[in-house]
Order: sequence, then C-alpha cells, then structure tokens
Amino acid sequence: MQLLNKKPESLLDVPMHYCPGCGHGIIHRLVAEVMDELNIRSRTIGVAPVGCAVFADTYFNCDMIQGPHGRGPAEATGIKRAKPGAIVFSYQGDGDLASIGMAEIVHAAIRSENITVIFVNNAIYGMTGGQMAPTTLIGQKATTCVEGRTAKQAGYPIRMSEMLATIDGAAYLERTSVHTAPGVLKTKAAIKKAFQNQIDCKGFSMVEILSMCPTNWGTRLDNPSEATKFVAEGMLPVFPLGVYKGA
Amino acid sequence: MAEKTLMKGNEALAEGAVRAGCRFFAGYPITPQNEVPEYMSWRMAQVGGAFVQAESEVSAINMIYGAAATGVRCMTSSSSPGMSLKQEGMSYCAGADLPIFVANVMRGGPGLGNIAGAQGDYWQATRGGGHGDYRTFVMAPNSVSEMANLPAKCYEVAYKYRLPSMILADGIIGQMMEPVEFTTPEVNIKDLTEPAWALGINAGRAKRIVKSYDLREGYLEKLVLERIKRYRQIEQNEVVYEEKMMEDAEIAIVAYGTSARVAVAGMKLAREKGLKVGLLRPVTLWPFPKARIVELSKRVKKFLVVEMSMGQMVEDVLLSLNGRAETHLLAKPGAAVTTADELYKTIESIVKKGAREYAAAK
Repeated sequence: MQLLNKKPESLLDVPMHYCPGCGHGIIHRLVAEVMDELNIRSRTIGVAPVGCAVFADTYFNCDMIQGPHGRGPAEATGIKRAKPGAIVFSYQGDGDLASIGMAEIVHAAIRSENITVIFVNNAIYGMTGGQMAPTTLIGQKATTCVEGRTAKQAGYPIRMSEMLATIDGAAYLERTSVHTAPGVLKTKAAIKKAFQNQIDCKGFSMVEILSMCPTNWGTRLDNPSEATKFVAEGMLPVFPLGVYKGA
Repeated sequence: MAEKTLMKGNEALAEGAVRAGCRFFAGYPITPQNEVPEYMSWRMAQVGGAFVQAESEVSAINMIYGAAATGVRCMTSSSSPGMSLKQEGMSYCAGADLPIFVANVMRGGPGLGNIAGAQGDYWQATRGGGHGDYRTFVMAPNSVSEMANLPAKCYEVAYKYRLPSMILADGIIGQMMEPVEFTTPEVNIKDLTEPAWALGINAGRAKRIVKSYDLREGYLEKLVLERIKRYRQIEQNEVVYEEKMMEDAEIAIVAYGTSARVAVAGMKLAREKGLKVGLLRPVTLWPFPKARIVELSKRVKKFLVVEMSMGQMVEDVLLSLNGRAETHLLAKPGAAVTTADELYKTIESIVKKGAREYAAAK
C-alpha cells in the first residue's frame, strides 16, 4: 500500500474548533506543509492572534506565542531580533491586522522586519460574532451595520497589500484566495515564498489570503458554494489577486 | 569596579541594565526618559544585542513580550503617558509569567501633564496598572547610583518568580548627574541558563507555548492562584528598605525617590531643633515594607508620608498601620517638590501643635 497523503508534521493531530466551511483549516494546513517542506519546524516560532485563530498556538507543532490583539508584528519583531536564528511568522485576521494592529503591521513593513505574515482576510470579525471589519465590503451586512456597510457612515474597505506595496521595506506582498482548488495551490506557493524569503533574509513578506466565513456571512453551512461565490463575486472585484511587491 | 564616574540618572539606568544582562531594548521617545533609548541605541550594538525604536509604546512593550518569551533579558522604558500605553502589554506579560524589565521615569500628570519630575504613577505601578489580577515588582531608586545598581535586582526577582519588574523613578532622578559606582557584579550572559519555558530552537523537545489565556472552566483560576503563591513569596523574601536615624525617632517620615532626598534635608533641620525624626525609605514599593512599619509602630506613634503625588503611597502606610499610629501626609501633586523648610514646618506642626491626622483631615 502506498501512502498518498498524510497530515503534516508541523500540524498537531487535534480537533480544530473552526466552523464548517471556514478557510482557517486550509490555511493552517498550507503553513504546516510549507514548514515541513522547508524543514524549519524545529526553529520556527509562530505568533497567534486574537480572533478566530487564537487557538493556532495549540494547532501548530512548533513553539508558539499568543499575545494582544493586533500586536503580532511587534511580538514577531521582538522574537526575531532577540533570536535571529529562528523563523518567525505572525498569523493574523483582518480585524487584528488591518484595524487594531494597523500601526504594528505598517511599521514592521517600514523596518523591513525579516518576518513572514499570514494575513487571512474574510471581511468580517469572526470570533466576536460578525461585526463590521475594516475590510467589510460596501453593502455587506454585519452585526454593527445591519443594513449593510455604507461609505457615508463607515468609509471604504482597506486594501492592505496595495497600501503596504508603497513601503520600500516591504519585500514581498501577494494576495491569493482559498475559495478554489487552484487558489489553494497558489496560496501554498505564496506562503512558501514568504517563508523562503525569511530564510534568505530578504525582509518583510506577507501573504494576504481571501477566505470564507459562512457562519458570520450568513451563507448556508450545508452549501459551501454560497460562501465561495461571495469570495468570487463580492471580494475579488474589491481585492484583486496578484503579486503587489517582489514578484 | 570601585571607580566612580559622573553619569546622568537615565544613562546609569541603561548601563545598569546592560551590565545586568539586557540584550534587547525597544522604546519610544518621551521626556524625561529619552537618554535611556538614546544610550541603548549604540550600547546594544556594542554588546551584540538589539535595539528597536518602536512606532509607539504599545508596540515597544509587545516587542518586549516577544523578546522576553525567548528568554533573552530585555527592557523598555518610558514616562508616565507612555506607561499608560504600555499597560496592555504589562498585563499580558504578567499573564504569561514573563520576566520583563520596565522603567518609568515619572513626569507630571494626569494627561499630558508636564515634563517635570513627579510621583503620580505610584498607584499605577503598585496596583497592577493593566487589567486583571497581577502584581509588578517595583523598585524606587533615590540616586543615580541606585539607578545603576537596581536593574540587576529587578532581573533577578523577575526571573526567579516570573513576573514583570519595574524601576519607578521620577524625572529628577532620571535627569540629575551624580558620581556613580557600579557595585553589582556584571552578568556574563553566557553564564545564564536558558529558562525551561523559553521559545527558541526546539531540536527534539516538545513544543512550548507562551500565552496568558485559558478558556477552560476553572483553569484560569488555578493559574492565578498559583501566581498569587509566588506573589506571597516575594512579599516574604524581597522587601527592601533603608532607614536613617530611626533608632531614637519619635516621628517617622516615609518617602521614596526624590521625596526621600528632601526628607533627609528636612529631617536634619528638625534634628537641629531637637525633634527626633527618622526616615523609612521603601526601596521596593511592591512589596511594600508593611511588616517593618508595623514593627516600628510599636514605639513610633506618628508617621509622616511625603510624596510628590496627591496621597497615593499614604494608603499603603495607612493599610500597614491599620490604626496603630497617627498618619500624616505632606503631598505635592502636579510635579511640585516639597522643600526641606516646608517639611520641617510640617514636622513641627505635628509634634508641637498636634496637627490633625491625614485620615481625619480628609
């Protein structure tokens, strides 16, 4: 018998708490596969965010730290500067990275910290129950904009990759999506590049990954295509995929 | 090294931290502590450490959170408004049992206040400051030499009991220049063993997690109760204070930092007039020298607290005495400093005219 596939060593064999149809499980696996393939598990330190991925510290099979909301890039900076031999990644959602942690991510890029950032953008606050995020689309409903986000009341969704691309210190920025199988493969390649850059000391690298949140989007849990359709038709026009820096 | 050098308080503090093994510093400019990051910016490079000028105090304390998790001795410094911003990170460090070292060179407050030295952050430092049940080991230097030598004690206690430690200085101690002698032995970082909880290169061992949360029912309670046991040990073992002329004193001044220096001058005036005044100077503000105050109260029946704040430390003295002796207060908030003459007059009014107690006067 031939083993065709197995769980990556960098991911622990424990039940995850993520909702049906959520993209975090896919993205966790991709990060873990990359850690395995680059053989960096034993020297990787991961930073877990506040938000749905808070328990990432228990899922990844490497040293992990969990800290305050939005401060991942600052924690990662401290770790990397104190232990330059370690491979350091910060895993963050859109509320974490693009709202409360906006200063930390921008300045980590400005300093060109030699870290890897995995930015999961699902256009909503998940853990707290579906409030409007800085990336929530115009017209998208959330518990703090029940009739849908309006530009007049709450402004426009922020495009982080495009914004960070204006910063000289950002070495690599790519936006991918996990709503299709080819998208998952492209995302893995981007994550691998973002880690390889760190190994090669190229500086700040971030992959922005568009991901699904059926629970808080109100799309049907028994029909995941509703959520992937929201990514394709709602998010892609606002958040175009592609490499924004360091192709 | 017995040789004395002339140094500014803030520089002595930075050099003291380096000699105590500090190899990572992150900070943000704010007066009157700017000499600390300025000094560290070149000194860290000299000793093979790392320095980051952070984009904010919030970010700086979180860099410390990350660096401390790797077991590397690290430091951040700030002044009052900046310390308010650091409280989120302080709480996380306490919750994750990380041995960090922080310095607050206090200025006038609240709000932007002013940039002159003050002692208005006593409550913030000794009561926790951030959210949740936790303590910070707090030392209050009253000289440039103590700025130089107390960081070693802060690291020692922080690592032994795993909690945040703090130097609570006022702007006057930070800005003044005095001859300094580094009396604590320099730490060779190669002699420091890597803590069993430190994140890093995990060849072969099980993964480690540094975190402050536990959502399982009852687990957080256990975590905090275990921490409180360590706090009790610190209260038992780590109280530091200094006394002057307490042997025959009939009235005891309690003061720290710059206030304690003024207290010595005021006390001398009082002694010249035959008033038997002594000084108890808490060097650790938490743990507070409670037991010593109780002991002193067996023969000293009048206590006078002198502080550059509205009446903050006086509450610890009141709690310690619990009615065992009279408590008086000479408070100077808003970055004002008591003069020796004012202090003498206060002592005189207490001893000769029977001035009303602080609690009664309230």
